[in-house]
Amino acid sequence: MRYTDEYRNPDAARGLVATIRGRVARPIRIMEFCGGHTRAIMRYGIRQALSPHLHMLSGPGCPVCVTPDGEIDYAIALAHLPGVTVATFGDMIRVPGSRSSLQEARAAGADVQIVYSALDALERARREPGRSIVMLGIGFETTAPGVAASLVEARELGIGNYFVYSMHKLTPPAMRAILDAGEVRLDAILGPGHVTTIIGANAWSFLAQDYRIPCAVSGFEPLDILRALSMLADAVWNGNPQVANAYPRSVTSQGNTKAQLLMKDVFETCAVAWRGLGEIPSSGLKLRQEYAAHDARLAFDPPSAATAATLTPAERGCRCGEVLRGVAEPPECPLFGGVCTPARPIGACMVSAEGSCAAHYRYGGSLD
Amino acid sequence: MTEESVLLAHGGGGILGHDLIERVFLKHLGNPVLNALEDAALIELTDERGQMVGQPALTTDSYVVQPIFFPGGDIGKLAVCGTVNDLAMRGAQPVCMSVGFILTEGLPLSDLERVVASMAATAQFAGVRILAGDTKVLERSSGDGLFINTTGIGLVPPGVQISASAARPGDVVMVSGAVGDHGLAIMTQREGLRFDSPLRSDCAPLNLLVRVMIEACPGIHVLRDPTRGGLATTLNELAARSGVGFEIVEASVPVHEPVRAASELLGLDPLYVANEGKLVAIVEEDDADALLRAMRSHPFGREAAIIGRVVAEHPGRVVLRTLLGTRRVLDMLAGEQLPRIC
Amino acid sequence: MCLAVPLRVKSIDGTVAEVELSGVSRRVSLILTPEAGVGDYVLVHTGFAIGVLDEEEAQQTLALLAELEEAGRRLDEEEQESHKVPGA
Repeated sequence: MRYTDEYRNPDAARGLVATIRGRVARPIRIMEFCGGHTRAIMRYGIRQALSPHLHMLSGPGCPVCVTPDGEIDYAIALAHLPGVTVATFGDMIRVPGSRSSLQEARAAGADVQIVYSALDALERARREPGRSIVMLGIGFETTAPGVAASLVEARELGIGNYFVYSMHKLTPPAMRAILDAGEVRLDAILGPGHVTTIIGANAWSFLAQDYRIPCAVSGFEPLDILRALSMLADAVWNGNPQVANAYPRSVTSQGNTKAQLLMKDVFETCAVAWRGLGEIPSSGLKLRQEYAAHDARLAFDPPSAATAATLTPAERGCRCGEVLRGVAEPPECPLFGGVCTPARPIGACMVSAEGSCAAHYRYGGSLD
Repeated sequence: MTEESVLLAHGGGGILGHDLIERVFLKHLGNPVLNALEDAALIELTDERGQMVGQPALTTDSYVVQPIFFPGGDIGKLAVCGTVNDLAMRGAQPVCMSVGFILTEGLPLSDLERVVASMAATAQFAGVRILAGDTKVLERSSGDGLFINTTGIGLVPPGVQISASAARPGDVVMVSGAVGDHGLAIMTQREGLRFDSPLRSDCAPLNLLVRVMIEACPGIHVLRDPTRGGLATTLNELAARSGVGFEIVEASVPVHEPVRAASELLGLDPLYVANEGKLVAIVEEDDADALLRAMRSHPFGREAAIIGRVVAEHPGRVVLRTLLGTRRVLDMLAGEQLPRIC
Repeated sequence: MCLAVPLRVKSIDGTVAEVELSGVSRRVSLILTPEAGVGDYVLVHTGFAIGVLDEEEAQQTLALLAELEEAGRRLDEEEQESHKVPGA
């Protein structure tokens, strides 16, 4: 058992596709919240296999994509400060802020390092006591506990030159915001498997209770996704909204309580802005008072970076915001595939491997 | 004892420069032409009777890989293989090469010597002589390390007409072995990732394989080495150049298990990862079996496989039949492949 | 989402484990999954094991999928009879 290959069997996939097609009376609209699902659905051609019975809409579940320009500008400004090294996951490096990206900052001489783990950034801080190492805390509930763990360790070991710039965001409030806005009609929701490994399937009960929308939490292998979609097709058919766990090898109803506690010890919730969704109450994580000494927001006051006379993505007509809300499909954006491509992205959704514009561009091209 | 390093004066043409040529470059790369230290080498491209034995081919490339030593190779081996392979992709056997070094001061001389020795060994293995060379030294502030440019001259045997624009509908597409080894071997070595892996670069001089392939099948239409951008990018380039479409079967593309594992960990797709010892070959269907047998008879082609077909439909596009049996477009690489968390 | 990959725990030293997949290994933190033991598969995200995979649940899912595989194979045969699949 490898827990991966077993879930990629083409024959089982065909069986599931046939089951789903047989269970769908009218075209149903399902939002995959998570960018990882968007990517897998496009990469394995699942979208084409299920069309026109299922219409898949991409949600705001790509942490890089929902990070607003202002936060990226701040990260870039930090990187330009003397004595500061910005450590980041590779995903962030090409994301455009209002005028520039970390990649461009690095080319201009800023010290920007790619790390695989926040612990690698902490290790760098230990090795280079003369420099300030700022870890960019990006990501949802899956990523925040690890960054929290790095802060606990920094405090315990007294590594005073390690800082975190927290841009962490929480997923249930964003899902609520989309449903409350009422811009898109959804029949069902494909729930994020790795976020839910941490927060537990119960965290999504509100979808069934408050909104009468069925949700199936899914893993990321193609058969995981198809199985979850077949459960959703059943739930829509039966008119029975509930939260189903289609990823039971990893997800429990309570989630990883150890990780939840660690997150609560280090972070407190705050209102933050999401690209496309605007400010959402209690949807962000900031460092608690006890960790103030490691909070990059408090430790540094970089001068504002935006001076160049170029247009922001929004001013150029980028519709990332609507794409993130599921209101527009990537090809509906006037910039998509023309001036905005993965090689020269204008909006954040075209940058991240799991951004819906990048996924559509890469995998969604017409076969004709 | 402190370690000897490269100094600015090593590039200055004075005593230190001569010293470096004698002690490092001629020691390893020396041959009668190079030893003469003339300003230009004279090259024989004819046989004893003065007849041209093929059409001359010329190529050049620069190498800036970091780190300069990696599992399965180093920048010196890469600089020889890369240029030899570019010649081989036109069907040419290499005749001679030039080498230009750009060093930064502070580079340990022992590192330089290791790289030069590796170049010498690789050149001998590939059967190519290095007949011209140059060295420049930059201040440390100009960057880090060691960069190499190589230029190669080769000869294409009469009757061989291999070109990126020669793929025709009905042709068969092959790859000479598993993809992704080089790029992932380098990436897992980089600081910040800290993976232990059995991954090794596939860096190899492919002229030896190509010689066997041309003997078996002189009418090969296309050869191309899928380096930067990986197999997916190369297939797209070929489809565009030839004005044809490709249908590729994902399950038939060989990928080593550790490469698959490292790709999943870093969120990369092996089809977009660089190779330095693999080639894509496109031939008429009737020649495919003979060519495949010839490739598999050679150590550099042992895992060769047929991966798809050339079609007249969707010219310029590569369509992939996925592991699930569905079809989607396989696009070119956009930007660089970076490890990701989401 | 978040890219998380199942890896097998080879050895444990305090809160740090050596985990492996097809010969590729790395040290990861078990601070979020102290219950993980040698031989377990853990889901690794950014250098942390975020969950221990439940083998029993995995087997049950696979048993369900095996039934569908049979159905899929029948579809496959039907389709192959109706038209030849292009490709190599």
